[in-house]
Amino acid sequence: MIGIEHYIVVSSILFVLGVLGIFLNRKNIIIILMAIELILLSVNLNLVAFSAYLNDLTGQIFAMFVLTVAAAEAAIGLAILVTYFRNRGTIAVDDVNRMKG
Amino acid sequence: MTVFAFYLFAALMLASGAFTIFARNPVHSVLWLILAFFNAAGLMILVGAEFLAMLLVVVYVGAVAVLFLFVVMMLNIDFAEMRAGFMKNAPLGVAIAVVLLAELVLGIGAYRAGALELGVPDGSAAPLLGESNIESLGALLYGNYLFLFETSGIILLVAMIGAIVLTHREQRNTRGHQDIGKQNARRPEDATRNVSPEIGKGVEL
Repeated sequence: MIGIEHYIVVSSILFVLGVLGIFLNRKNIIIILMAIELILLSVNLNLVAFSAYLNDLTGQIFAMFVLTVAAAEAAIGLAILVTYFRNRGTIAVDDVNRMKG
Repeated sequence: MTVFAFYLFAALMLASGAFTIFARNPVHSVLWLILAFFNAAGLMILVGAEFLAMLLVVVYVGAVAVLFLFVVMMLNIDFAEMRAGFMKNAPLGVAIAVVLLAELVLGIGAYRAGALELGVPDGSAAPLLGESNIESLGALLYGNYLFLFETSGIILLVAMIGAIVLTHREQRNTRGHQDIGKQNARRPEDATRNVSPEIGKGVEL
């Protein structure tokens, strides 16, 4: 079996790519949501790798819950985005602070 | 063979993750994201988590990525304008990414050097002997973690209702709209009146 370090390195690189994506595409909230999905994917990969390595299925159960919450978060985020676009005509997130009230 | 598959999946996943955040067109970003999820599923299969890998493909490629595609194509967005701050934010983003990666790699190095104790699982969640991955997971999910499993179902229900409420648009047709509560509350005695008019007197309206 592949060593656990390989999996940790791969998933940490993916995590860093997700964080970088959030910083690079600060205006485009769709890409930000996709970067968050990448981050959650790397965390899931880490959980699964450790679960297999330690021979304990709790990690896989937890990865499933992370998957559930990630799907719910994507649905709600995109719904908010659609509503925002309908009201504003743009998805630039610079002026979202005007959304209060 | 396993090593070759690992490096293939890992390289493809990291490359498509990078293309996801660097692509100019968000539609391409979504497609790269799908490729990244496929390769992550391959990596999960390599360690023997078949159920989770298939779940990843079904949930992400089948549902979430299609949701992203729908939204990207439904909204008519000027993507060139969205890229305006890309180069301005690049130095800060790259600096933070490098620092984060350095920290993570140092942490892995500390683990390899034996500075971190992982702890030993007590075996209560060990895979069942002679059973497949999905059977062991199901036994655990519907036994130990039943309450959490149902809670995650409630989370999905709340998310579904929230998404519907947020995006539902009230249909205002031109003939006024129907108020069902008002209709049901209406009684015959409020709306009609019995009169017995005498001949030649007429009726007062």
